[in-house]
Amino acid sequence: MTASRLGHLTMSQRRSGSSLHRFANPSRFLRLSRRLTPWFAVLAAAFIGAGLYIGLFVAPPDYQQGESVRIMYVHVPAAWMALFVYTCVAASSVVSLVWRHPLADLIAKASAPVGAGFTAVALVSGSLWGQPMWGTWWVWDARLTSVLILFFLYLGHIALMNAFDDPTRGARAAAILAVVGFINIPIIKFSVDWWHTLHQPASVFRLGGPTIDVSMLVPLFLMALGFTFYYLLLLMLRVRSEIVARKIRTAQLLQAAP
Amino acid sequence: MTQADRFTGHDLSCIRAERLVFTGVAFDLAAGGALRLSGPNGSGKSSLLRLMAGLLRPASGTLSWQGQDPAEEPAEFRAALRYLGHQDAVKPALTVAENLAFWAGLAGAPGDAAAALDVFGLKPLAPVPARFLSAGQRRRLALARLVASPGRLWLLDEPTVGLDRPSVAALEAALARHRDAGGLVVVATHTDIALPGAAELALERFAPARPAAA
Amino acid sequence: MLAGLAAILKRDLRLALRQSADNGMAVGFFVLTVILFPLGVGPEPSVLARIAPGILWVTALLASMLSLERLFAADYEDGSLDLMALAPLPLPLLVLTKCLAPLPLPLLVLTKCLAHWLLTGLPMVVLAPLLGVLLNLDPAGYGVLVLAMALGTPALALVGAIGAALTLGARRGGVLLSLLVLPLYIPVLIFGVAAVDAAIYGTGARPHLLLLGGALLAALALCPLASAAALRQALE
Repeated sequence: MTASRLGHLTMSQRRSGSSLHRFANPSRFLRLSRRLTPWFAVLAAAFIGAGLYIGLFVAPPDYQQGESVRIMYVHVPAAWMALFVYTCVAASSVVSLVWRHPLADLIAKASAPVGAGFTAVALVSGSLWGQPMWGTWWVWDARLTSVLILFFLYLGHIALMNAFDDPTRGARAAAILAVVGFINIPIIKFSVDWWHTLHQPASVFRLGGPTIDVSMLVPLFLMALGFTFYYLLLLMLRVRSEIVARKIRTAQLLQAAP
Repeated sequence: MTQADRFTGHDLSCIRAERLVFTGVAFDLAAGGALRLSGPNGSGKSSLLRLMAGLLRPASGTLSWQGQDPAEEPAEFRAALRYLGHQDAVKPALTVAENLAFWAGLAGAPGDAAAALDVFGLKPLAPVPARFLSAGQRRRLALARLVASPGRLWLLDEPTVGLDRPSVAALEAALARHRDAGGLVVVATHTDIALPGAAELALERFAPARPAAA
Repeated sequence: MLAGLAAILKRDLRLALRQSADNGMAVGFFVLTVILFPLGVGPEPSVLARIAPGILWVTALLASMLSLERLFAADYEDGSLDLMALAPLPLPLLVLTKCLAPLPLPLLVLTKCLAHWLLTGLPMVVLAPLLGVLLNLDPAGYGVLVLAMALGTPALALVGAIGAALTLGARRGGVLLSLLVLPLYIPVLIFGVAAVDAAIYGTGARPHLLLLGGALLAALALCPLASAAALRQALE
């Protein structure tokens, strides 16, 4: 949609901002979201339900960790989603910065708290996983540490987005931060891995397990799919409420205007 | 000047804080010309000036300096531009002379800083740290920047704030000299400044007709 | 252009020297916080020696962040940033340097980071070995400590500039700045401490120093661009 719009613009128009149409009511999105939302809800429930059932009852226990490995079916997909959602935030931030599409701002704003939620789930489940095995509530494992840092990247993004009186300014600043953070993620991951190998304790913690059997992969992917649809569901709902909130702000501004 | 300067804008609109401030603004300024922006508070005079300076991107519309988009050839445009905003950009810890010398040096064509101070009656204050200046004196220092290094396009936002009558007269004289030499001027102002032959742009006429959600 | 940047550098240094409070505070915080640690963990020399590199680096990080808030804020508030963003390139250079035309802001950021580092980072590099004595740092670590800090503190200034530019005009800017910048500081922290530890335990500091150098080069190339984008947003 955006690419074909750009084709109609001259070079200087593209630089100076395109026509005002895109700032009008995003009705196309609202119609689309109304149609898709029930589907996302159903698919999310179905996949998560299937994943949990297979993970909790059907898949075999780990030969090393016993039944407590089952928490992996929540922890690992949640960690995947944490990274996936940050990628979505970064991608929509790029769109926001380059094309200034207001929907991109809203998608980034709506996604960040959902991503932070997945990150928190990953952290809590990771912490619970360690307890029965090694008796500690927190383990400075390379992956858990990276996820913890990712959590703070999310918090920073949310805080920056809401730190300005002008919502557009907040969205633009947060977009730049998201891109910077995204570029930094591999660097941070590398440095945390480096740090972990330097300080490796005698027994190797590997919360992922050395290899994962196929019978364990199926519920993992089901959960991941379910979480993805859940994210999309929340995204639709949150963007809709953001659009409504913006309409309210505009109405308030017009009331206050001379 | 190898060709006559021309500064034009076409179908400009501006969105600030999710609100459409103005739309469809157009202007055409030639060498020696002046444009006076008027309008109530909130009508977008400062926004339009910042848009002209290139600090703000318009939501739609185009600008043209010497027939080219300033965004595509920023160096040439900035070399010709002198912008005066609401704030004075005066550092309290530096003296008056140091403040002016810094900006003149940054503009690339040092010109005569002492003579510029003289135009606005600041010569006796040259060695004084700027923290001891009154608001009007700071404004005069900011104005002295305009004449300290020659620039063909002057964008002035409320230049007479805090100025007494003689200082306003000095500004009017400087504006006249600038225009006689072929310079262009855009001024946003509430007060009376003598600008013979200036075009008028009343921004309240370009406010959105119906409440528009941005 | 270079003359203009030199003028900005000179002005920033002159302003800092005439209003010496801010930068002195950051260095003072560095010293004071390091002194708190023996009071907190006990004065036993072997314990202090074990954690000395970590303490020095963490407090350097925190001190580095303290004066970041004012990096651009003063110029932003009095309108100087507007004018610096509009500073031109001298026309004779135009033909040679067409692609440099959008560069004033990134170069401005580099200049301000240099001024900030000269006033905050460099004193910390000089003071670090002295504080190392207080913490019973192993003698083998001093040289690498200075070298690592000399590489790391400029990187911290550059990365911090992004945070400073993003939080211009924000509510609770100072605290927000810390939240934004600390995760980005972590790689420098890890490589910096690893370098000093490696020198102390004799495992070779070179790979860690190379990583720090690489981080500095990447920061030099990328941070000014990100900060400039953030400044442009702030000026709109």
